[in-house]
Amino acid sequence: MPAPALTTQLLNLGAALLLLSSFAMLSQRRILSLVNLFALQGVLLTVSTAIVAYSSGATHLYASAALSLLLKVIALPWILHRLIARLDVRWDTETQLNIPTTMLIGIVVVVFAFALAQPIAQLSQAVTRSTLGIALAVVLLSFLMMITRRKAVAQVIGFLAMENGLFFAAISATYGMPMVVELGVGLDVLVGMLILGVFFFQIREQFDSLDLHNLERLRED
Amino acid sequence: MILLVLLAIPLIGCVALAAFGARRFAPELNAGFSALTFAAACVLTARVIAGGSMLVAHEQFFVDPFNVFLIALTAFVGMTTALFSRPYMRVEEHHGRVNRRRLRLYHSMYQLFCFTMLTALAANNLGILWVAMEAATLSTVLLVSLYRTAASIEAAWKYFILCGVGIAQALFGTILLYFAAEKVLGGAGSTALLWTHLDAVKGQLEPRVLGLAFVFLLVGYGTKVGLAPLHNWLPDAHAEGPTPISAVLSGLLLNVALYAIVRCKVLVDGATHTPLAGRLMMGFGLLSVVLAAFFLWRQRDIKRLFGYSSIEHMGIITFAFGMGGPIANFAALLHMTVHSLTKSAIFFAVGHAAQTAGTQVMDDIRGLLVASPTIGWGLMIGTVAILGLPPFGVFTSEFLVLITAMRDHPWATPILLLALAVAFGAIFSRVQAMVFGDTTMKPLPHSPALLPVFAHLLLVLMLGIYIPPALAEWYKLAARLIG
Repeated sequence: MPAPALTTQLLNLGAALLLLSSFAMLSQRRILSLVNLFALQGVLLTVSTAIVAYSSGATHLYASAALSLLLKVIALPWILHRLIARLDVRWDTETQLNIPTTMLIGIVVVVFAFALAQPIAQLSQAVTRSTLGIALAVVLLSFLMMITRRKAVAQVIGFLAMENGLFFAAISATYGMPMVVELGVGLDVLVGMLILGVFFFQIREQFDSLDLHNLERLRED
Repeated sequence: MILLVLLAIPLIGCVALAAFGARRFAPELNAGFSALTFAAACVLTARVIAGGSMLVAHEQFFVDPFNVFLIALTAFVGMTTALFSRPYMRVEEHHGRVNRRRLRLYHSMYQLFCFTMLTALAANNLGILWVAMEAATLSTVLLVSLYRTAASIEAAWKYFILCGVGIAQALFGTILLYFAAEKVLGGAGSTALLWTHLDAVKGQLEPRVLGLAFVFLLVGYGTKVGLAPLHNWLPDAHAEGPTPISAVLSGLLLNVALYAIVRCKVLVDGATHTPLAGRLMMGFGLLSVVLAAFFLWRQRDIKRLFGYSSIEHMGIITFAFGMGGPIANFAALLHMTVHSLTKSAIFFAVGHAAQTAGTQVMDDIRGLLVASPTIGWGLMIGTVAILGLPPFGVFTSEFLVLITAMRDHPWATPILLLALAVAFGAIFSRVQAMVFGDTTMKPLPHSPALLPVFAHLLLVLMLGIYIPPALAEWYKLAARLIG
């Protein structure tokens, strides 16, 4: 089905912005801004999903869009904001590597993601096929963020951003997963976030800080 | 219908124990729910043996000879572990390591964990399988940090992050699988993730996409199986969590994650017509066996030691499934069974041994046989069994794996033998020193539950000497099913 040019272009724009938001998160030092960027990514994801739903006529995607709006724009950022306020960890997050180096690695990661997605994208008839590479890039960039951050909260935001990338991949490649699976995944993410919230307090109670360097005692000697 | 009852029991158990988990009778309640689950699993197994495979709940769940055997095993070990944890947690409470509120969390999450394991095994929808596997991580992560010590929090964090990232890869693999299946089975998400439908059309699925999907699935679920080099979380989580959790992690979770990989392998093999999937599994398996064997020598903590031993055995099973064919699959299924039984029995004995000695450091545990003969013998016999000495069942399955390897992949046999020998030396010398000799240790304040230990070991012994024809037939059927 040839899609109208405008929606395709809008979708590509959305995907590009999504990738950009990933890079922004990778370079962001302040935790509060990180949470806001994560919420922005949620908005982009919701809008992209809605556009795909409109252009492809796959109505169940509207439900997916509503789900990401609820979960990724409202619930998770709200929980994160509350956690940050209660833990009082608004300070800058240190990174393992300096920011320019991280960005350079990020570019390499994006190229790799596109190369990996190329053969699959060719097989796809979806209007969204060009965005699969971007989805994979978002997943890998979030992964990179998790590796390079030292603070627990930043690592968790990386984890959630990775989920965003996977969600976008599901929409790009196949117009979304079956509803029951999407609901299940959403539930898992929400519960996971709540458990991590409990964890933040346990970590801080034990170590007086959320710096993950404290969590490197168990190793083979 | 019986399948839904089976899944409902632990779920109700989870809610009930969330309400009453802090009461004095909570451990009995926990054991009771687990026993009911096992009873339901027995009925289900009998039904499947009599009437063949079944599909329920709009085809979202299904049971065939392959998974019914794992469902029965999971329910059985779930029940014996609940029995074991009754006195174990009482002693922990006595020692002041847990309080009533934590016990409520423990009991409730234990039932939830059993629920997620059974759901993962019975799911026909690969998406639901994924959701259940992730939920299994979530339900155990707070259990690993139950003691709230620095080390246990670190272990739980590592477990959460590594398995979370790993399983995210598995989700990507599932998406790719769905993408390939949608072309053949049609979109709108009705049937394109249902394993039974995928299995019927696996020859038409796009091989390149499935090949790529399998890499993601293997890495993703492989993290949960504890395959090297993604095994890092496993020894920590096993060593720092409460012992019943170590027992179910080793005995159940690793099996179920491996089950997910094998289910996917069947589809990928059908689509690619190349040994790619099998070769990948053999590589990961062999690496795990070798790495674990050498790491065993460096351990000082008894639970870490047996954690590494689990990695080794998962490596053997993965290798066997990778080779494929009726004999290797038979051996792998048998090894899954005997490893679950033996390893959980060992963890039961190890748990009480560590409680008696007041430490998990092996150098400080001496003369278990004098302090408590049943714990000492349980640990010794369990160790002999897990090391693959005849006449225990582990010997039978390892022997079958080795002869298949000799026939099909001769180069792998010396590597496997060497690793097994190294592991033997590492574990046997340590356990021998712990069991024999003099001691000043005092007996436990509550009498330990050693019935589960000897029940498991007796079953393993039986499987080594005599596999009942019905069970053998069942293994063969399952082995054929997975090619």
